[in-house]
Amino acid sequence: MSETMELSAAEIARRVNAGDISAREVTDAALAQIDAVDGRLGAYLTRLHDLARVSAGRVDARIKAGEHLPLAGVPVAVKDNMCLAGTRTTCGSKMLEGWVAPYTATAVARLLDAGAIPVGKANMDEFAMGSSCENSALGKTRNPYDLGRVPGGSSGGSAAAVAAYEAAIGMGSDTGGSIREPAAFCNLVGFKPTYGRVSRYGLIAFASSLDQIGPLARSVEDAALAYDVMAGKDPMDSTSVDRPVEPAATALRSDLRGVRVGIVKEFGTQRLGPEIDSLYRRAYLDLERLGATLVDVELPTAEYGLATYYLIAPAECSSNLARFDGVRYGLRVDGEDVGQMYERTRAEGFGPEVKRRILIGTYALSSGYYDAYYVKAQKARTKFGADFKRAFERCDLIASPAASSPAFAFHAKSDPYSMYMMDYYTIPMSLAGLPALSVPCGYVLPEGSSRPMPMGLQLAAPLFGEVQLLAAANAYECATQHARQQRPEGAL
Amino acid sequence: MQYEAVIGIECHVELKTKSKMFCACPNRFGGEPNAQVCPVCLALPGALPVANEEAILQVIRAGLAFGAEIPAFSKFDRKNYFYPDMPKDYQISQYDMPLAQGGIVRYWLEDGTTKECRLTRIHLEEDTGKSTHAGSGDGRIAHSRYSLLDFNRAGVPLMECVSEPDIRSAEEAVGFLEALKRTFVQLGVSDVKMEEGSLRCDANVSIRPVGSKDFGTKAEIKNMNSFRSVYRAIESEIARQIAVVAPGGRVMQETRGWDELAGTTHSMRSKEEAHDYRYFPDPDLVPIEVDRTVVARLRSLMADLPIARFERYRESYGLGVAQATQLVDTPQLAEYFDSCVGAGGGGQQAANFVLGDLSRLANETQTPVWESSVAPQDLAELIGLVESKTINSKIAKDLLLRMWNGGGSPKALVEHEGLAQTSDPGAVERFVDEVVAAHPKVVADYKAGKTNVMGFLVGQVMKQSRGKANPALAGELLAQKLG
Repeated sequence: MSETMELSAAEIARRVNAGDISAREVTDAALAQIDAVDGRLGAYLTRLHDLARVSAGRVDARIKAGEHLPLAGVPVAVKDNMCLAGTRTTCGSKMLEGWVAPYTATAVARLLDAGAIPVGKANMDEFAMGSSCENSALGKTRNPYDLGRVPGGSSGGSAAAVAAYEAAIGMGSDTGGSIREPAAFCNLVGFKPTYGRVSRYGLIAFASSLDQIGPLARSVEDAALAYDVMAGKDPMDSTSVDRPVEPAATALRSDLRGVRVGIVKEFGTQRLGPEIDSLYRRAYLDLERLGATLVDVELPTAEYGLATYYLIAPAECSSNLARFDGVRYGLRVDGEDVGQMYERTRAEGFGPEVKRRILIGTYALSSGYYDAYYVKAQKARTKFGADFKRAFERCDLIASPAASSPAFAFHAKSDPYSMYMMDYYTIPMSLAGLPALSVPCGYVLPEGSSRPMPMGLQLAAPLFGEVQLLAAANAYECATQHARQQRPEGAL
Repeated sequence: MQYEAVIGIECHVELKTKSKMFCACPNRFGGEPNAQVCPVCLALPGALPVANEEAILQVIRAGLAFGAEIPAFSKFDRKNYFYPDMPKDYQISQYDMPLAQGGIVRYWLEDGTTKECRLTRIHLEEDTGKSTHAGSGDGRIAHSRYSLLDFNRAGVPLMECVSEPDIRSAEEAVGFLEALKRTFVQLGVSDVKMEEGSLRCDANVSIRPVGSKDFGTKAEIKNMNSFRSVYRAIESEIARQIAVVAPGGRVMQETRGWDELAGTTHSMRSKEEAHDYRYFPDPDLVPIEVDRTVVARLRSLMADLPIARFERYRESYGLGVAQATQLVDTPQLAEYFDSCVGAGGGGQQAANFVLGDLSRLANETQTPVWESSVAPQDLAELIGLVESKTINSKIAKDLLLRMWNGGGSPKALVEHEGLAQTSDPGAVERFVDEVVAAHPKVVADYKAGKTNVMGFLVGQVMKQSRGKANPALAGELLAQKLG
């Protein structure tokens, strides 16, 4: 592997801006790494060699013309639920297997405009529904730290790509943990900003009120750099927030003095087993060692997180995914009449998890059940917001595990509920719209394995507290350097 | 037993905005198929709606026109059902928090009586695309071989007005719809053309014994595409229901389609087949907070409504129903009329001129009256000249034509060309003498008892005086001379 690919995004941008290396050279290194490892890894559904080289040429020309670009030449993996004009955008589904997006998502456009190079479209659980990437209908992605294990999901392709140096930044989307969980599984920083911070225009919707785009990176600094570029109001998305974005990359800290970190009583880690329990206890002590004050906080609604989420998200998805009907684009399976065409198209085009959620959501919105399910779930969601608000009166950040376990083996979670449980710690923050991230916090040895697998510490902040959140994560990361202690041997 | 009909109307009005409801595509009727589309109105994956403020303000104005309440808070919901010409397979609409609630539509019938119908609500939604089903014979999707889809109309803002069941006859239903149409045209929110589909309406019809306070089972009538077909469909449906109920039968709750050729309604689907639309708040759109100062400003800018105008024309100027309706139906003409009356032109005279001579000239020259060179003040001046008997009606007609052709002020024309009518007995007597001398045979006939030649003689006096003689005076003088 070229040394260039081990550079951070920040360092690549610095060197390209300084003229020490061209965007074209970085791009060639990234494409070479993809060609070398992605056959085994399967992070990408589509490699964008031509587009990447054209983009690199443009970036080099802009640099030559004297522009300074915050992400100059940084190779980016784009999750395949984000539109990029002229490229296949599949959502990991047979439904959109051949669909070429005619327009570009706002967040992607902002990254590219800042000099980033799109090197590939990354695999994902179909329509972002899943926590392992196993629900992709179009490919299998492996965890670079152990090829026998999943990379997490749904942004598993982006995570694997960044972990295996096939990109410096991954673009992910997080609905209930789809950035944070794969980041934890792949030893990365995965950051979900406040709901509304990053435009969803061009992000193929799963659950509109929860979906949020964010970066996956090998460091907090790189995540902050990408976030600074993609955040901000977009007139094409009325749910994007019109509020100034304070730059986070230049506000990173190296200590946690004066920061109160809340430990959620209901999130006790004993049930995760002694090894994981002690890992998180150590992580909390590390925070304290950096100057933070640990305080106990309560989240009485915690146990209703999954139930609430699995009503609201499916309800929205049942409606969002109606448009995949075979009429205008994507898969069409003909039938005797239009009704049969709908049925056959959707029966063949959607995988089992997508169908399950469409059914749950349709049921939850049905007349006679709406009040008992959807309305009640919305009330619970409001309660989550209120509970977090109360908790944040006593603390500045909340720390918890990002996932219940390290990356698991393929097919290990065959029943949907055990898969849903992976997002136990991330869903409450999603329901409340909070900014939250996962930062590497050490390794555990899964049963019967000799490969240490990474774990993630989740940090969450009050709404719009991105800068404080990233600053604190940086302090923790710099002091612990967990990510550097293992290499993703499986993919090198 | 005597029955009365109980009717409620639901109508959809396409708003005349610059762009579509949730995207920047132009809102234009027709055009090459699928030429006015974008990722948003085609519902491409990842596209998001952004609400059109102009459309929201138009609905608020429509609500204010009928005295509806404009709640401080409103939102959009999704109405979920599959149909090929609905790109998202859900329609963005408003379920339980419409932009306007309540209100009263006052309207009039052909005999001049005024009626009231309460509005339930007015809400905002988006239109679907257009399907053309081929090979099914009847243009319906069932048994068609293929369908062509045009999404130019998809996403056009649509205002839905729902009435309370206050209407009692087909005539009232049409009166109600005409009132809506006039009001929306005057507000400039829609073209309201049923034939172009910018106004579409359904009627909920039931019957009950006269005197009863209960409601009968209703049928919803669809596919009516002109005011005339609304009238016929409702008449036909009332007759059908009476024929079912009178011998002891029961009306089914169902949707029925109006068949223009057959002149009857037929069953389309029953209540059991009704959709479950699974309404829920659209998470892609933020709730609408209606600024009270904006509402107050829109209310203060509200002009006279058609019904108020109609009543003013009837009561203050004594205009007939037909004339008042004609004026009110064309807001610019009504404004022209109002300006003329405001400048002192008497109401009935002004109406006669505006709807008579001026409208005829307008037709002949394809120039609207309000854009012609006859300013309303000039018309008022002309009417003043007639009323003061300065000119007679013959001269007035001639003058009007010259004014139409750019002649300017009638007073100036009259003075400049000495057209003022003369009532000076000496002057008129000279003309009378000349005429008597010039037509001895006619004079003889008159004296022999053929008094009907008097008209001819007066006409000759007018001719001799180049129209200026006061005809009444001429008649008097002639009678004296020949008496």
